[in-house]
Amino acid sequence: MTTKLEDILKAGSLEEILGTALPYPKEIELKGKITKDVVKELSKIKNEPEWMLRHRLKSLELFEKLPMPRWIVGIEELDLENLVLYSKPEVGEVRGWDDLPESIRRIYERLSIPEIEKKFLSGLTAVFDSESVYSNLKREFEEKGIIMLPMEEAVRKYPDLVKKYFGKIFPAGEHKFSALHHALWSGGVFVYVPKNVKITFPIEAFFVIGSAMEGQFEHTLLVADENSYIHFIEGCSAPMYKGFSFHDGMVEIYAHKNAIVKFTTIQNWSRNVINFNNKRAIVEENAYVEWIEGSIGSKITYTYPSSVLKGEGARTTQYVVSLSNGPYLKDTGAKTFHLAPNTSSKIVSKSISANGGINIYRGLVRVIKGAKNSTSTVSCDSLILDEKSKAYTYPHNQSDEPSANLIHEATTGKLSQDKLFYLSSRGIREEEAKSLIVLGFISEILEGLPFEYVEVLKRVIELEFSEVGGVG
Amino acid sequence: MVMYMLIIENLKVKVEDKDILKRVNLKVGDGELHVIMGPNGSGKSTLALTIAGHPKYNIVEGRMIFEGEDITSLKPEERAKRGIFISFQHPVEIEGVKILLFLQRVLKNLKGIDEVKAYELIFGAIKELGIDESMLQRQLNVGFSGGERKKLEMLQAYLVKPKLLILDEPDSGVDVDSLKVIAGIINRLHKKGTSILLITHYGRILEYLKPQVVHVIKEGKLVASGGIELVNLIEERGFSALEEVVS
Repeated sequence: MTTKLEDILKAGSLEEILGTALPYPKEIELKGKITKDVVKELSKIKNEPEWMLRHRLKSLELFEKLPMPRWIVGIEELDLENLVLYSKPEVGEVRGWDDLPESIRRIYERLSIPEIEKKFLSGLTAVFDSESVYSNLKREFEEKGIIMLPMEEAVRKYPDLVKKYFGKIFPAGEHKFSALHHALWSGGVFVYVPKNVKITFPIEAFFVIGSAMEGQFEHTLLVADENSYIHFIEGCSAPMYKGFSFHDGMVEIYAHKNAIVKFTTIQNWSRNVINFNNKRAIVEENAYVEWIEGSIGSKITYTYPSSVLKGEGARTTQYVVSLSNGPYLKDTGAKTFHLAPNTSSKIVSKSISANGGINIYRGLVRVIKGAKNSTSTVSCDSLILDEKSKAYTYPHNQSDEPSANLIHEATTGKLSQDKLFYLSSRGIREEEAKSLIVLGFISEILEGLPFEYVEVLKRVIELEFSEVGGVG
Repeated sequence: MVMYMLIIENLKVKVEDKDILKRVNLKVGDGELHVIMGPNGSGKSTLALTIAGHPKYNIVEGRMIFEGEDITSLKPEERAKRGIFISFQHPVEIEGVKILLFLQRVLKNLKGIDEVKAYELIFGAIKELGIDESMLQRQLNVGFSGGERKKLEMLQAYLVKPKLLILDEPDSGVDVDSLKVIAGIINRLHKKGTSILLITHYGRILEYLKPQVVHVIKEGKLVASGGIELVNLIEERGFSALEEVVS
């Protein structure tokens, strides 16, 4: 049974849409201690070239050497050695949605992914556990020379192109989890947009973790050549299950001269997922990268999309929206490095804490000497809906360039009784009032999204604050 | 027999252990326009917000009857659905909420009017009342002047057409032109049968209105009720003149 967009908008709760995890056939599972042998086995299964195996083994070495970051909480609950490190669902050759096993297809259908693909997207990749199970780029875009492939396939088909960027934007050695990611990466998508090509409709990747005690390490690499345009949307979801799963994904973006890249993430993992993200873009001369990082679900999320403004006149905007509704933690933020003159950045962070939720903003703006006349504005707004909930802000600005102009603003708003009363005197009940206030609070960011996504997002937030959905 | 829209009996209200209203009794007949005047801190706004159901105001004694139903313990949204509408003295700002969408939601929640019909009603009312259309695309009260806020409150009241309209100082912080617009809307609603309880400090809006009854509130008690002559008395001699009237 296909779920229509309409059904999602009408559903009583998120659980109603996704339900509890159902068993599905798995072809291969790798688990246990993270050793060279496991990495070699993984590489063999994927039939990888030698250079990628070497890359993995070097990353594993780094993982073993690097210390656990001290500011991390919650990861200790997760025994990495007990995780399924690689899980390949049993799917044959897939040309269309109908070729997928029903148990897997149904998850995507419940989220109306096939419908959205048909109507609004240029292309779609669906990743289930560790593998891309479906990937389709509409023909008109293929003809323009756009490449969109599961990451593994790109490694085999376009080794020179991939090698040039893979792990160069976000290297394995940054920290323990980036090293782990590079050692075990699996699934994800590679996109290349040729010079002067503008993709009118977004491309989407949708990630699902199907069972508990799994690690998902998908890798997305997006290369926008000179003067090109792409909007990439990333969605994440998981059904409910007992126990945790771990997500340690990575996104690398290279925006060449004059390119425009918009990268939107709507993360709505179930409350069993510990979510660790590694996202970075390199922005060349007069190019523009826009991140929208929306974190709604998960038990704990760490994510700080970063832009390296490498070329003169490079620009970036980073929108970070984080909702912690219930006993969950979102440790989010953005990082920008101004390395060239006349670069500009704008960071807008909006966090919402409710029902004991905690939000932490961690940000960094770094301007090196010589990045003349660079400007940066950072604004961090926190909305706290009740006494039990908290928000913290840790911005960090560091400039070695006297002509640079950095502005930082932070506000913390509490939901006042007077606001709730005003709305209730207009017939709007408390739950409805809360979602209205929350949606209003993030309206600036919603305006940048395609209509269909805004509608779904609105519904998700309404469900969060309704009596049946969220934690209630 | 006179039909009463609102009966307030022996109402005692506390805010954080402080007695604000001390046994207030009031009856507003169907379609009547009542004015409550009083100095600062006399309990005017408390009375308005208590009738509307603000949770901050704690009813210690007494009750409120609206169209024969005891509403003392009803939630504010339930009172609103029954036809009580309050125009606030200080309407709050709500960031990111577009006025058009907000009005559509209000009409849906209070009157069950669908979006399309609401849209027509809203644009009709805007035209009729001479309010600038661009207001509809702005965010709820964000960056609004005092006059704009009050006009938006009146636009809402005009759209909802409540049975009982409580106006908490509709004339404060408003210039003469806006005052005329606001008084005009009050008169229209009154003519269409809305009962009105108007709270004012200055009384200057009364130049444009014809109230049936004027009450004076002092230190949490209604100390005098009468006709428009009370307003003239207060304007000439101030609230202290009333002590003579009362005694």
